[in-house]
Amino acid sequence: MVPCPRAEDGRESITIIGDGTADGVRSILTELRQKLIALGMMSEQRGTVEIVLAEALNNIIEHAYAPQEPGPLQLHADLKPDWLEIELRDRGRPFPGLGLPHPILPDSSGPVRTLPEGGFGWYLIHNLTDRVSYHRVADENHLYLGFMINRS
Amino acid sequence: MQFATINQSGTLVISVRERRIDAASAIRFKDAMREATQAAQGRVVLDMSGVDFVDSSGLGAIVASMKQLGDGRKLDLSGLTPDVDRVFRLTRMDSVFGIYPSVDAALGLRASG
Repeated sequence: MVPCPRAEDGRESITIIGDGTADGVRSILTELRQKLIALGMMSEQRGTVEIVLAEALNNIIEHAYAPQEPGPLQLHADLKPDWLEIELRDRGRPFPGLGLPHPILPDSSGPVRTLPEGGFGWYLIHNLTDRVSYHRVADENHLYLGFMINRS
Repeated sequence: MQFATINQSGTLVISVRERRIDAASAIRFKDAMREATQAAQGRVVLDMSGVDFVDSSGLGAIVASMKQLGDGRKLDLSGLTPDVDRVFRLTRMDSVFGIYPSVDAALGLRASG
């Protein structure tokens, strides 16, 4: 992690690089959590950010990268007075059709044996963020996640 | 994945002794649940009060654990911490499981002390 010096306009930025593996995701989330605690972000908002990032990063390691060829993950976070802006970059495959998946909640109304065991990720991401966008830039995926924040 | 289990009047209570059920631990969780539940019969209460993070892989593993119980055995949850509770509510999985504030509440006991 490379914490930048506190800027005069109240912005902070954080860059974390990790491996595109489940353990790599965990360590990125743990580092970011520590940093957001240090910056005084409230617990509920840290929880929101952590859930969204877990889903977005897991999506990268499960779908953008091939399981046998994990690549790097890069997280850049800008904490502004009212917004937390996070950009995730990877060098994996682009999203199909170069667009974000639709946030559809899997149906859990049927009997136990038919209950969904996955497919919740994009629903959670869309529900818990205030802005989401995606750009394919050269051979990289750039996923932008924005959160409005209330500071205590 | 570490569990502490007790059998209380026909209900198997499994307390998760890890802070995260996520993509890195989902398979281990499912395997440990199979091992912990296969010898017993009847209802299972999963005490989640020590877990502060569940992602959708972890949620899927908890659903899979209920499925692998089979035979209509019930899996109830207790002690969901705030972020975990939110994931269950947002995905509507709070309607699939019985959810109790504590193990005592799940067992129909009055909280002591």
